[in-house]
Amino acid sequence: MALLSDLVNLNLTDSTPKIIAEYIWIGGSGMDLRSKARTLSGPVDDPKKLPKWNYDGSSTGQAPGEDSEVILYPQAIFKDPFRRGDHILVICDAYTPAGEPIPTNKRCAAAKIFSNPEVEKEVPWYGIEQEYTLLQKDINWPLGWPQGGFPGPQGPYYCGIGADKAFGRDIVDAHYKACLYAGINISGINGEVMPGQWEFQVGPSVGISAGDELWVARYILERITEIAGVVVSFDPKPIPGDWNGAGAHTNYSTKSMREEGGYEVIKKAIEKLGLRHREHIAAYGEGNERRLTGRHETADINTFLWGVANRGASIRVGRDTEKEGKGYFEDRRPASNMDPYVVTSMIAETTLLWNKS
Amino acid sequence: MALLNDLLSLNLTDSTNKIIAEYIWIGGSGMDLRSKARTLPGPVSDPKKLPKWNYDGSSTGQAPGEDSEVILYPQAIFKDPFRGGNNILVICDAYTPAGEPIPTNKRHAAAKVFSHPEVEKEVPWYGIEQEYTLLQKDINWPLGWPQGGYPGPQGPYYCGIGADKAFGRDIVDAHYKACLYAGINISGINGEVMPGQWEFQVGPSVGISAGDEVWAARYILERITEIAGVVVSFDPKPIPGDWNGAGAHTNYSTKSMREEGGYEIIKKAIEKLGLRHKEHIAAYGEGNERRLTGHHETANINTFKWGVANRGASIRVGRDTEKDGKGYFEDRRPASNMDPYVVTSMIAETTILL
Repeated sequence: MALLSDLVNLNLTDSTPKIIAEYIWIGGSGMDLRSKARTLSGPVDDPKKLPKWNYDGSSTGQAPGEDSEVILYPQAIFKDPFRRGDHILVICDAYTPAGEPIPTNKRCAAAKIFSNPEVEKEVPWYGIEQEYTLLQKDINWPLGWPQGGFPGPQGPYYCGIGADKAFGRDIVDAHYKACLYAGINISGINGEVMPGQWEFQVGPSVGISAGDELWVARYILERITEIAGVVVSFDPKPIPGDWNGAGAHTNYSTKSMREEGGYEVIKKAIEKLGLRHREHIAAYGEGNERRLTGRHETADINTFLWGVANRGASIRVGRDTEKEGKGYFEDRRPASNMDPYVVTSMIAETTLLWNKS
Repeated sequence: MALLNDLLSLNLTDSTNKIIAEYIWIGGSGMDLRSKARTLPGPVSDPKKLPKWNYDGSSTGQAPGEDSEVILYPQAIFKDPFRGGNNILVICDAYTPAGEPIPTNKRHAAAKVFSHPEVEKEVPWYGIEQEYTLLQKDINWPLGWPQGGYPGPQGPYYCGIGADKAFGRDIVDAHYKACLYAGINISGINGEVMPGQWEFQVGPSVGISAGDEVWAARYILERITEIAGVVVSFDPKPIPGDWNGAGAHTNYSTKSMREEGGYEIIKKAIEKLGLRHKEHIAAYGEGNERRLTGHHETANINTFKWGVANRGASIRVGRDTEKDGKGYFEDRRPASNMDPYVVTSMIAETTILL
């Protein structure tokens, strides 16, 4: 057993019943993922049975040094694809010792919305299309791009194959399997229009679990890029100019939308979203104004526009949904760096709880 | 079977009953770990059943050349994560042929403190948070740092992930599993504030076993960095300037502290520690004055101060302990290069015997 990998891959099941739980939380910027591990006495599959924990909030911009403890509440468990065995990943949210959610904790408010009876009974489904860009470490230039230069213009790269068109597929494929292993509802992957950019989709997930699953998928992705020695960026417009940005299109439906007559419910919902366009945009990710220009398959940030099969719209309704008179719609406005707890709960709130008055 | 690796991973259980025992001891500097291996006729699980051994103390600064034998007394057994099977690691301490502990043997005196009836009945628990820095071999600059330069300032690295924030996770994860395999009570790991710095925690361990487990964990760590081609440093302030140092915070409780009314016992114990601050600091690791500055989550080396949830204090009491009225406290003063036998026994001595 001389290799590092032999030790990293040690199967402990015959040596000890103990398991390792990696507690994951979101740091002070709202996008920086943090994690640390602890040993537990045996396998656990219910987050309610996991102990609360704490971390040094003064090191993540979330607490002052003289009162630095921030408490972690375990919320969702996934199998750990890195340690395997009975080891787990735990998505947590953060509270003060007094039990109040800290300001960067967006999950708590989202969970409240999702447990509102008006929302619960509509069983809101989400399918999130997470785009991201892979960058070469140290120079922070997209993977596969020549240093100090640019690749040929967009065209050949969307779903492309070949060493001159697809950069980093190993990472994407490893991520796909790792997420399936972990128990995340990952529904697909594809190479994106800009070379070095990729997308994975998570869903359909119900309510709060959409956010949990997307965050743990992001965590697994960044752990994998760490292994690959590559940097992952969730910036919505990583390269200015004639290069696509990165979004997190959010597909959405409620029970009523999925049933007979659903198309009318969809149109009413879209109307409500249109009336709150500014509020949504403000919560849909930092830097989105660099991406939502009206070009590169986006609608201008100041315009609210919807259409069937229209990728230049704020909201797109699929041809299937139009044809069947029921289904779902796609909010194309969220940026790749959006917080899924915020976006999913806000869409539910506006379409189910908010009144035009 | 042509690869070195095939031979290294040979499972001998079907070929022979013999096992390999790696005897480990601490060398002349007090921090340099040494080890050598011997064949034994069959599996052993009780250190008392292991034979004493000896080594050349003149090669480790622990004996003169003309009278160089230093005797190794086996004290604790752990499963060998490198050799697998029934092979073992053995933590030893060192004695003269006449049976006296040699000067660098700190375990002997610690074991005396821990077998004192007053200490034994208080069942002292320790949880030690060992921080360490990984360095690139040959240039001795932290792993992941650009040669001749510095990474971006501290902020993103504590518990961070990603190729630009976490350097050397393979080593840390391999160490975690290897220690669990070995039977060490490793309770967790995390990436630290300075990039390239990590921490593992061992405990809760009772009395003398805290020291044995931390030394075995340090041994396994350095064997793993050896495999990875990386150097491990236990220096308490590896990089001067606006970069965190490395400590070995020692969490501590006694039976009385863990029971109803424990918080009062804790406060009395902290008071006693405050009266012996200079003595403790002198024993808490070389070079600690470079680390305990009052910045970077430390209290100044000349100041003794304690507080709830206060990471800038010498001693920190957790909010849970305050709330429950019982629990444990954290001595944040020990440096990463402290000797756990010395620190754990001194805390017990000051708080229980004096």
